Amino acid sequence: MSFFNMLEQISSGMLHTILIFFFTLVFSLPLGWIVAFGRMSKNKIISGITAFFISILRGTPLMLQLMVVFYGPYFLFQLPIGNWRFPAIIVGFSINYAAYFAEIYRSGISAIPVGQYEAAHILGYTKVQTFFKIILPQVIRIILPAVTNEVITLVKDTSLAFSISYIEMFSITKQIASTQTTLMPFAIAAAFYYIFNLLVSFVMRRLEKRLNYY
Amino acid sequence: MSETTIYLEMNNIKKSFGDLQVLKDISLKVHEGEVLSIIGPSGSGKSTLLRIATMLETMDNGSIKYMDKEAASAENGSVHYAKPQALREIKKNFGLVFQNFNLFPHKTVLHNLIDAPVHVQKRNKTEVIAEAKALLEKMGLSDKEDYYPSQLSGGQQQRVAIARALALKPKVLFFDEPTSALDPELTGEVLKVIKALAEEKMTMVIVTHEMSFAKKISDRVIFMDKGVIAVEGTPEEVFNSDHSRMQEFLGKLKHE
Ligand SMILES: Nc1ncnc2c1ncn2[C@@H]1O[C@H](COP(=O)(O)OP(=O)(O)OP(=O)(O)O)[C@@H](O)[C@H]1O
Ligand SMILES: [Mg+2]
Repeated sequence: MSFFNMLEQISSGMLHTILIFFFTLVFSLPLGWIVAFGRMSKNKIISGITAFFISILRGTPLMLQLMVVFYGPYFLFQLPIGNWRFPAIIVGFSINYAAYFAEIYRSGISAIPVGQYEAAHILGYTKVQTFFKIILPQVIRIILPAVTNEVITLVKDTSLAFSISYIEMFSITKQIASTQTTLMPFAIAAAFYYIFNLLVSFVMRRLEKRLNYY
Repeated sequence: MSETTIYLEMNNIKKSFGDLQVLKDISLKVHEGEVLSIIGPSGSGKSTLLRIATMLETMDNGSIKYMDKEAASAENGSVHYAKPQALREIKKNFGLVFQNFNLFPHKTVLHNLIDAPVHVQKRNKTEVIAEAKALLEKMGLSDKEDYYPSQLSGGQQQRVAIARALALKPKVLFFDEPTSALDPELTGEVLKVIKALAEEKMTMVIVTHEMSFAKKISDRVIFMDKGVIAVEGTPEEVFNSDHSRMQEFLGKLKHE
């Protein structure tokens, strides 16, 4: 197999890698807020349960979680899982990343001085206005570096989708490498991940700069 | 004073934090156009009283009325507030200037001023901006409207905070030690602004450690000690009182 042949096949897997990356962010970034609010709930039961799930999601391998999400419906309810592979990956990744984002959001929120809430309250802002107009813009600036780290990790974590045999860049790479007995595919994949992350860092740094206006 | 309107009336306010009784049956009235200063040693409950008046803190007992409308009353720790709609109206009567300003760091000076009038009070934006600019001018900050709070000195920040509170046109303005986070050379510029407001007959309740300032601008002074109003009266009456704790308090300040 020629170099360009490898390149072509591996880059076809790249699309699937990007899909996993994109959908995971679309779902996990907002879901993280819901989890964060659950974790910060005044209701002890809600915050307790949320804390428990966060610790499970952060304390067990993502690969294992993907397998549970993928095979669970079949093992537990004998449901057909033919078309479930890609959704299962998105569900597994999104839930896992939401747990990490939730902890980041929570630490950002707790970094906002109570005086900001009190000032908003005295000025007559409602709770919703206070959150969206006063708290959130400040939290986003605080958490952006930590979110960037997670996003970079996500680029690399997409390769875990190979564990439930989803054909993305890494599984194709592995296949070619074992049939052709050469390291070249790994080098190509590494270059792809690396460039992907360079792009991610570039975008996030631009974003950080834009938010550093005060 | 008795013929003027009573803007704020607090009756029999009691407050404990755990076993510590911080306010022991405090009653006070604030009249239209009056400047009331609250002085007293650290821990005597001055901030707590202001926080209860502005409903940032709950009380255990007592009642709060603004413009003769009951905002909240409490008995044995259970607080009863006015209905949400009425309470929102009542809360428009007062503003609060914090010791550490609490400006919104992500908004420019101008937006700190106009955001609440525009988005909370839903007033006309052009009008609000014009008023905000006039307020900044009055505070000597016209050239700072596009600055962010972090680009200003403490004294400037506190003047912005005063302007922000005034932009909502409160009837009563509370201050909790507005200058104690400032370097001495910045204190003067803030006190000057407050003095100008007093001359315009702005109704103000000021917790302060600036004794000579309190003496100069107040119509009435309250000396708080261990959760009670120990001395109350005109500045002359209070500062010349032979109340032993008052004398002790003034003596201590002199020696600092
Ligand atoms: N949220 C709180 N929880 C527990 N104790 C509190 C709380 N707020 C105030 N206290 C206590 O209540 C007492 C009165 O506090 P307060 O802040 O009202 O005093 P102050 O007169 O404003 O003092 P200072 O001049 O130092 O500002 C203090 O002993 C303080 O430790
Ligand atoms: Mg205080």
